[in-house]
Amino acid sequence: MRPTMRMLSESLVEQIIAEGMALLRAPGVRVHNEEARRLLAEAGAGVDQTALVARIPEQLVLRALETTAHEFDLYTLDGQPVVHYGGDQVHFDPGSAALAILDPETNRQRVPTTADFVRLVKLVEQLPQIDAQSTSMVCGDVVAEIGDLYRLYLALNFIRKPIVTGAFRTDTWWVMKEMLSAVAGGDAALAAKPIAVFDVCPSPPLLWSDLTCQNLIDCARAGIPAELVSMPLAGATAPVTLAAAVVQHTAECLSGIVIGQLAKTGAKVVWGGSPAAFDMREGTTPMGDVATWMIDCAYAQVGKRLGLPTHAYLGMTDAKVIDAQCGLESAGGTLLGALAGVNMISGAGMMDFESCQSLEKLVIDAEMIGMTKRLLRGIEPRDEPIALKLFEKMGHRAEYLAEPHTLKWFSRELYLPSPVIDRGTTDGWLRKGATTAAERAAERVKTLVASYQPVPVARELRAELRAIATAAARKFGMDELPPLPEAQG
Amino acid sequence: MSTALLAQIAASLVEGDPDATVAGVREAIAAGLEPLAIIDGALVVGMRTVGDKYASGEFFLPNLIVSANGMKQAMALLEPELKARRQSLKPVGTVVIGTVRGDIHEIGKSLVGTMLAANGFEVHDLGVDVPVDAFVSRVREAGANLVGLSALLTTTMHGQKDVIEALTKAGLRGQVKVMVGGAPVSRAWADGIGADGWAQDAVSAVDLATRLVAQS
Repeated sequence: MRPTMRMLSESLVEQIIAEGMALLRAPGVRVHNEEARRLLAEAGAGVDQTALVARIPEQLVLRALETTAHEFDLYTLDGQPVVHYGGDQVHFDPGSAALAILDPETNRQRVPTTADFVRLVKLVEQLPQIDAQSTSMVCGDVVAEIGDLYRLYLALNFIRKPIVTGAFRTDTWWVMKEMLSAVAGGDAALAAKPIAVFDVCPSPPLLWSDLTCQNLIDCARAGIPAELVSMPLAGATAPVTLAAAVVQHTAECLSGIVIGQLAKTGAKVVWGGSPAAFDMREGTTPMGDVATWMIDCAYAQVGKRLGLPTHAYLGMTDAKVIDAQCGLESAGGTLLGALAGVNMISGAGMMDFESCQSLEKLVIDAEMIGMTKRLLRGIEPRDEPIALKLFEKMGHRAEYLAEPHTLKWFSRELYLPSPVIDRGTTDGWLRKGATTAAERAAERVKTLVASYQPVPVARELRAELRAIATAAARKFGMDELPPLPEAQG
Repeated sequence: MSTALLAQIAASLVEGDPDATVAGVREAIAAGLEPLAIIDGALVVGMRTVGDKYASGEFFLPNLIVSANGMKQAMALLEPELKARRQSLKPVGTVVIGTVRGDIHEIGKSLVGTMLAANGFEVHDLGVDVPVDAFVSRVREAGANLVGLSALLTTTMHGQKDVIEALTKAGLRGQVKVMVGGAPVSRAWADGIGADGWAQDAVSAVDLATRLVAQS
């Protein structure tokens, strides 16, 4: 039996869905994208072209819920399905667009560069606990206008795992699609075996900006999965009562499902989000708050009730360095999200809300994720009878370490951590330099990055990707991109 | 009687009960209390207590906002009374605030605006995603002596520098102090772009604004 957690009663889920649908009728959802308003109006929604508000009837929502993809796979760049969106399968990827990296030398944030980003993607390739890549840092050494596509360009030269990404503009989305299509072997191949998911973020409360709405429409039409990142901020841009914040999330995501289906029937749209409980002292958006986790788990339950693939930003910390707060906050969200059965949990390595990525935190988080995945496999009987035959043989002898039974099962029954987790004796720990987890993590980052094995990318494809990215950079006044770091670790 | 009533109005502000504040102010006006006495003896006292309680950790942001809105409603009742007496409250300063171009984050900026208004500033809040020129023209029209620039993104914070440069170019930089704020903004950034000050939260923004206008 897989251990699970439910946040809401069945009747509360039903009421949240009903109220979410009601919000789409009144006050409706603000749609700042002309094409989406046209699609909605043609499908029978009441659209106020002055206030830019669409009132979406329940029938339209129900139809969209029927036709939207209820499950789909993400593929490695060499065509293997490794991430299943749907059901209760749980996967992990690093968080989204961090504007800073925690420098392990100074223990302070700085602007990430091309070299930092490439180290990150190499590290993610080397961490078996992490299922997917993500474009989770924005490089400061290229013009801001290509900040989104440049990350994808770099990643596609180094990765095998599928990638969670997102566009910052409407025009750069097309450049990113062109690169993905080049890697996948054409638009049709990309749609048949998706290798990337795009995050699209409605603005709370109940607003689809022009940019994010267009990204959603373009993804739907290209057959590229879109992940709705609804982010009610309970107590600020959403009601402070957690159930009401989930109602708002429901309405925002339902409207995203509708827009996606109107753009292309059968489009793959994920019920996701990055909500937070507003911090009433600092005015910030804590990702490590228990109420934040509760909203996430609750909306995931709503999404599952609707039969949809799910996603959440969890496993992050608001701490600024790798300390006790960092560990406790990251573990809390990771464990709860996994028990709630969220298909894709984004956030490993992220700190300082969602603004900083740390490679060292990422390898610590990977241990936590490894433990969490072990937890999800639950406790199985393994033998029949479970223990009686063993005891028939062993009696009162405490000699299980020497038993073939132990050798057979230990690596499946136990999670075996990397040296980041210290379980030695005090003397042993002192002898090895009395290190902290962060210090051991820094060592492990170096080891893993150095042992990275390049993925086979044809020289022509590398050249094509560079030509696409360079052409985009030139549009924004940057003649040459920084040189691509060596594929070797 | 008047002392008790003023204390009661102040307490209602602190407790975050705007209806009681409004009722108390109405009663005080009806009882013939001078509007300036109500402002100084009740409203200013109440708001100072709220600020102190926030600073000490007892109060949270909703306390600040609800109290500031109570103050605003009370002032709306008192302003006609002041006018009838040919009195006026000279604003502590005139401030133009907004979130810079390309950035739609509203909460922090509005919080600062609300707190400045509650502390006697005349506030011109231009909203979010404000073009550079809009800051410049409003500063000129309003004769502002203070500008507050908010930015929540590292990608938009350069907009703060653009506004400062535009104010210089328009020949207005001598008349206005500029303060900046927002999550990625630091004292070093503020110094680097030639701003006059930086505040990390709405309460310290009021202190900063008060200091800056005293210099101008």
